[in-house]
Amino acid sequence: MWSYLGKRLLHLIPLLLGVSLLTFLLMSLAPGDFFTALSQNPQISPETIARLKAQFHLDRPWYVQYFYWFKSVLHGDFGYSLAYKIPATSLIVGRVGNTFLLSFFAMVIAWVIAVPLGIWAAVKKDSWVDRGCSLVAFLGLSIPEILLALLALWFAAATGWFPVGGAQSPLHDLMSPAQQFWDRAHHLILPALVLAAADWAGIMRQMRSNLLDTLRAEYVTAARARGLGEGWVVWKHALRNAINPLLTIFGYSLAALLSGAFIVENIMAWPGLGRLTMEAFFAKDSYLVVDCVVMATALLVIGNFMADLLLAWSDPRIRLK
Amino acid sequence: MNLLEIKNLKLDFGSGAEALRAVDGVSLAIGAGETVCLVGESGCGKTVTALSIARLVPAPPANYVGGEILLYGTDVLKMSGEALRNIRGGVVSYIFQEPGAALNPVFRVGNQIKESLKLHKPEKANDDEVIRLLKLVGIPAPESRIRNYPFEMSGGMQQRVMIAMALASEPKLLVADEPTTALDVTIQAQILELLHELKQRLGMAILLITHNLGIVGDMADRVAVMYAGQIVELSPAKELLRRTLHPYTKALMASVPKLRGDADRLSAIPGNVPRIGNFPPGCRFAPRCPIAKPECSKEIPELVEVETGRWVRCPFWK
Amino acid sequence: MVGGVILIALYLVALFAGFIAPYGYERQDRDRFFHPPTWPRLAGFHLAVPRYEQLPGNFNYRAVPGDLKPIHFLVQGDKYKLFGLIPATIHLFGTGDVNYPVYPLGTDQFGRDVLSRLLCGSQISLSIGVVGILLSFTFGMIIGGISGYFSGTTDTVIMRLCELVMSIPALYLIISLRAAFPPGMSSAQVYAMIIVILSFIGWASMARVIRGMTLSLREQQFVLAARALGQSHLRVIVRHILPNTFSYVIVAATLSVPYYILGEVVLSFLGVGIQEPNASWGNMLTAAQNTEILRNFPWLLAPGAAIFVTVLAFNFLGDGLRDAADTKSL
Repeated sequence: MWSYLGKRLLHLIPLLLGVSLLTFLLMSLAPGDFFTALSQNPQISPETIARLKAQFHLDRPWYVQYFYWFKSVLHGDFGYSLAYKIPATSLIVGRVGNTFLLSFFAMVIAWVIAVPLGIWAAVKKDSWVDRGCSLVAFLGLSIPEILLALLALWFAAATGWFPVGGAQSPLHDLMSPAQQFWDRAHHLILPALVLAAADWAGIMRQMRSNLLDTLRAEYVTAARARGLGEGWVVWKHALRNAINPLLTIFGYSLAALLSGAFIVENIMAWPGLGRLTMEAFFAKDSYLVVDCVVMATALLVIGNFMADLLLAWSDPRIRLK
Repeated sequence: MNLLEIKNLKLDFGSGAEALRAVDGVSLAIGAGETVCLVGESGCGKTVTALSIARLVPAPPANYVGGEILLYGTDVLKMSGEALRNIRGGVVSYIFQEPGAALNPVFRVGNQIKESLKLHKPEKANDDEVIRLLKLVGIPAPESRIRNYPFEMSGGMQQRVMIAMALASEPKLLVADEPTTALDVTIQAQILELLHELKQRLGMAILLITHNLGIVGDMADRVAVMYAGQIVELSPAKELLRRTLHPYTKALMASVPKLRGDADRLSAIPGNVPRIGNFPPGCRFAPRCPIAKPECSKEIPELVEVETGRWVRCPFWK
Repeated sequence: MVGGVILIALYLVALFAGFIAPYGYERQDRDRFFHPPTWPRLAGFHLAVPRYEQLPGNFNYRAVPGDLKPIHFLVQGDKYKLFGLIPATIHLFGTGDVNYPVYPLGTDQFGRDVLSRLLCGSQISLSIGVVGILLSFTFGMIIGGISGYFSGTTDTVIMRLCELVMSIPALYLIISLRAAFPPGMSSAQVYAMIIVILSFIGWASMARVIRGMTLSLREQQFVLAARALGQSHLRVIVRHILPNTFSYVIVAATLSVPYYILGEVVLSFLGVGIQEPNASWGNMLTAAQNTEILRNFPWLLAPGAAIFVTVLAFNFLGDGLRDAADTKSL
């Protein structure tokens, strides 16, 4: 197993390289760069602009730019954000943390709700519980995230129970640590709920269908034939097998979550990677955009890798072959 | 009192107008230590009958509409959940056709056996007993095998493990549903031999379900032949092999390819087994029966004891 | 099959959007920004619309009771092009009187009728989904078929490429692709660009699945038979192998169209897709981001409801198709 996982890990590096190359290439295709806007400004002399361009290698062809970018990334330096005028690394680290926070909590909420519901629906197949869950899940799958996020904003504004966007209040730095913690949590709730709401339906449906399949398996009948109680059979034998295929959709779930986070961050002003990407995009800060895309890909790929680890640990067939 | 008495069991799938009768008035008795073979083609209802003994057929969609199943005189079909769990494993144990599918793939073999022990013989729920059981079924080096997962074993070994699991609770009746069909021929012989030996040692009764007439001779004391949800012939094994009575059994015997003798054409039974819900009127074998007469399709013939211990469902058995 | 019916209705409406909409999508009513929906009342046997007067304060309107004008059908109105080709001025309904406008869903921040824009926007949003799917799935099927059929290096290279594309979370990839295009483009160019971008996202996962199916289909007898008859590789792939994947592809396509529609919506919403003054469900929602506006003028969320209904319908249809396909293969 370790060799398999080791190979996968090694795999990641050329993948991230490829992604960064692709994104860089795409960014370079559009005309104009960060300094195009500045060059319209009559107060700034063309020489200054030429000098600035040279400093950031923006006067060289894209593959040279890439080379410089790559070199600095190897040193842990994600370059310099032209728009924010601070080193990109500190900017990105903060934003990645926020996106991770949001995605992680959304994931926890989604799975904690979806898995028990899926189990319940499977065990009580065709009852009103089952049908109700299926209906709600169907609606949940269909509702667009944009609408949900907008409705959440409206809800926050109308009731005043939640802050309308943002990750912390303006007075955050003046608060005591306990207050700060609650402040951040308070801001996290609504965006995380919106993100989770889009995700849980698929998980619930999958859990239900997996469990139904396992309950039909012969080893379940054999377990009953040995005299084991129904609850025990479901919990120990069936569930244990039903969870495994669920881990394989974890990857898709995470991808959907990161994409969803992109939308939620931009609508609800959550300062994460998605929002940064849009800001960088509008500023034509190409290095920053590439950094963001690579980071987002890294998040996804590492998340998938974790899921593989989990699956290997959970399913002895994978572990030992 | 007999160990097992199935009396006129009737089982439907579905209910109301679309009910399909899978088991239609089956009666069978098994005494302690006896081996009975239940023979028939796929779809004749033998598996469902066998699973009913411990009420393992999922009750919707199945519907028990008649008869009783008496285990030591108590009707299984009316038992409470707790009593049912006691007899499962404790009195009746099962082994299934595909050992790979009947063993839980994510738990170690030793754990699965111990689970059964914990339930029925908790004082013996330890590794030593598991090793003893594995030895009993002929698994070499059982000490290391305890920690194996099912997929790490061959088909024959998996089947032995399943037998060990079934025996762990010391049942009085072992129901074996086509235990060798999924195995190679040489392994088949080994498993059958094992079952035979265990029966001698432990004094268990065995209900062996098969569609292979070839193994009946070695294993069975009595044979019941099923067709389309009904028993059509019931007789001691030796007598059956010497002289079959029901046309269906005759045809089954004839269709077994013989290695010796003249090389004739393979004789197959013309037509197809009727699917449940599509049974012909009257005798269900009549459309394919070589000696069928017009009155056969009018009424279903009764199962009649024509000689001591020999029952036939055909008025023209002579 | 409810889904199918709803979708047919939606697409028909989209087709005739210019006709059904009471006004052109660009028409601004500068006296009536953020006008609430004009609920028709019954006056005799006609549906009639009241006159609204503006009250002091920001965008406050109130219906004047008793002052009604009946709604007629097939009235003259703004110019538009039916099916984008035929110039026409007849609209399905209206009052014909400028002082009695019919705004079933109110107006937006520029005084434009929301319903009209919704209908015109549906043409874009609904068509992009379908065209995008056709493009990307055709491409994905061919690539997947080639990859699975030939195996070896071609297969490895293509699969690595697929993996690359699939590793980037969808929206990040979309934005990167968008960055490759210049900011100022004509609306036709924007439309084409969006389709190209969305296709790029979808082909990879389809290619992967088709490749898997091809690998197993390739071993079957009928492929051998076709080759034995002298058919070329390409012919075998296209005429023999791919048709066997259709049942999966159709279900997958139906269930994927919503994502394509949503992709366009997100792009337009963020301001980098369909631009003003053209209407798209996405860019109509941009105004709703402002919570003040949202609270006071909630009818601006109408496009969101429209998207919801469309996605719901596609999911219904897709589920139904999948059940039908399953029972067939059983």
